Amino acid sequence: MLTLKRKTKGEAFFDLINTMGMLIICFITLYPIWYVIVNSLNEGMDGMRGGIYWWPRVFSFENYTAVVKSPGIMLAMGITVAKTLLGTLLHVLFTAMVAYAFSRRDLIGGKIYILIGTITMFFGGGLIPTYLLMKDLHLLDNFLIYIIPAMFSFFDLIIFMTFFRDIPDGLEEAAKIDGANDWAIFLRVVLPVSMPVVATIALFHGVYQWNDYFTGVIYLNNMDLQPIQTYLYRVVAQSSSNQMVAAIPGGISKTVTSQSIKLATMVVTTLPIVFVYPFLQRYFVKGMMIGSIKG
Amino acid sequence: MEMPQSARPSAAAPEEAPPSASRKWLKKLFLQRHLQIMALLGVAWMIVFNYVPMYGIIIAFKEFNIVKSIASAPWVGFEHFKAFFEDDNFVNVMRNTLGISLIKLVIGFPLPILFALFLNELRSVRFKKAVQTISYLPHFLSWVILGGILTTWLADVGIINDILMALHLIQEPISYLAEPKYFWGIIIASDIWKELGWSAIIYLAAISSVSPDMYEAATIDGAGRFQKMWYITLPSIKATISILFILAVSGVLNSNFDQILVLRNTLNESASNVIDIYVYQTGMLSGRYSYSTAIGLFKSVIALILLLLANRVTKKLNNTSLF
Repeated sequence: MLTLKRKTKGEAFFDLINTMGMLIICFITLYPIWYVIVNSLNEGMDGMRGGIYWWPRVFSFENYTAVVKSPGIMLAMGITVAKTLLGTLLHVLFTAMVAYAFSRRDLIGGKIYILIGTITMFFGGGLIPTYLLMKDLHLLDNFLIYIIPAMFSFFDLIIFMTFFRDIPDGLEEAAKIDGANDWAIFLRVVLPVSMPVVATIALFHGVYQWNDYFTGVIYLNNMDLQPIQTYLYRVVAQSSSNQMVAAIPGGISKTVTSQSIKLATMVVTTLPIVFVYPFLQRYFVKGMMIGSIKG
Repeated sequence: MEMPQSARPSAAAPEEAPPSASRKWLKKLFLQRHLQIMALLGVAWMIVFNYVPMYGIIIAFKEFNIVKSIASAPWVGFEHFKAFFEDDNFVNVMRNTLGISLIKLVIGFPLPILFALFLNELRSVRFKKAVQTISYLPHFLSWVILGGILTTWLADVGIINDILMALHLIQEPISYLAEPKYFWGIIIASDIWKELGWSAIIYLAAISSVSPDMYEAATIDGAGRFQKMWYITLPSIKATISILFILAVSGVLNSNFDQILVLRNTLNESASNVIDIYVYQTGMLSGRYSYSTAIGLFKSVIALILLLLANRVTKKLNNTSLF
């Protein structure tokens, strides 16, 4: 009689275990982030005793007040926002533009251009030769170090190119008959119909720009140009917590510690990403598939 | 005399002799001049930012210092490579690099496949979507943030010590990041935590293209869940697995530089010094440009050979390859 049910006992047991396993994975994924959030909302001095797991023991916004009032942190945040916005805009426009030209099968020299690009995916100059180039280009201690060397990626070009080649030729032909040149076709026809891939690449590159700390470590001596991730790197890796204490402006309550202000800075740095990515998820899953099929 | 005529579109004069091949070519080039500008801007960028550094690799065979130009530095042949093989750190660096990578390959490579397989078995579409969204999240955090989380967790008053002491497994708090023996474990576990969900995307995409008819047929034949996973799902994504395996093998000398740079310190150096870190240390911190470049080149060449080898092996085994 039981066999008439669609789900057998074994099946139901499997589903139960599987669901529980997935819930455990979700918990393990989210809890470390939650731990940082509740600790950042706890009074710093009290937090040093540890033992705050689920909810702040002594609730306090002072760590966040200290972050907002710290000129060093705010400047670094500003650099990060500026490099992410400008860097992503230029990366998407420039890479898509080159990809549009490369995607045209009648392009003279197209095969050679693509070969030139493919080689760059398998071989590169490495750390020191790249550093020497940046030095010769006067990009050290220059804001443009974040923008120009990151303006193009051949891997992203392939994703764009794959997408562009699937656009029906009719669209471009119609624009051509209306007298549009290739620039106008790229900007007014090709880009607008390619929003899914544009969103994907913009998300990937935006996250790269937002998260990258190494560029700031290697190419900068001028601390006024460092992004927030480089700032945090110096705090986390070199455990120069003194720097953080120095960043705490006067007049802030003495309960703020270098550890608690660090946690608050981490939360502030992470929140924008956490809020943006779920909305772009349906795009990037598609983009990953294009990339994986061709890449 | 013919110039002005053939420069114009000649469709109106079919009786004319066909223009020569080179004329045709020039005309085509002229018509796509805007496209050529776009393409050449990209090529120019690649020449400057990819190919000039490749040329710069020759300092690996020279005695370069910062006041000389690359071209004028004297040649020294394979001196720097020899010096690296005889370097006191060579064995340690190779052991750390290969050790971490191989464990990552053995544990970290199959886990996303398993995760994708079990995720695919969830009945509720909404729950599946929610798990996916949550599991992608850590991928978008930077290693600096994760380093901050880890140092907080592993601190003397951190949650790991709290738990272990509450369970009476340890009596005194342990400073995990100060002891080399814990370093590999920390690196591997945190890498899996960060990338498990993200790495599963490609497999999920591959699984979603498996025809539902196959599952139905198998159900009628009385196949259970694990049998369907083993006989239908896994073989269907074999090609995807092979290609990602080729890439993983060719990357064994690639440590996760961003990750290790955040978590290393002088106390755990004997376990955290990998090739990429050593390149950074000798080059940027000690200023031994030529030596550092030689180590980097050694790494790139091995990686390229491994890529070709792995590609050939998987091609032989199951007819899929990267190129």
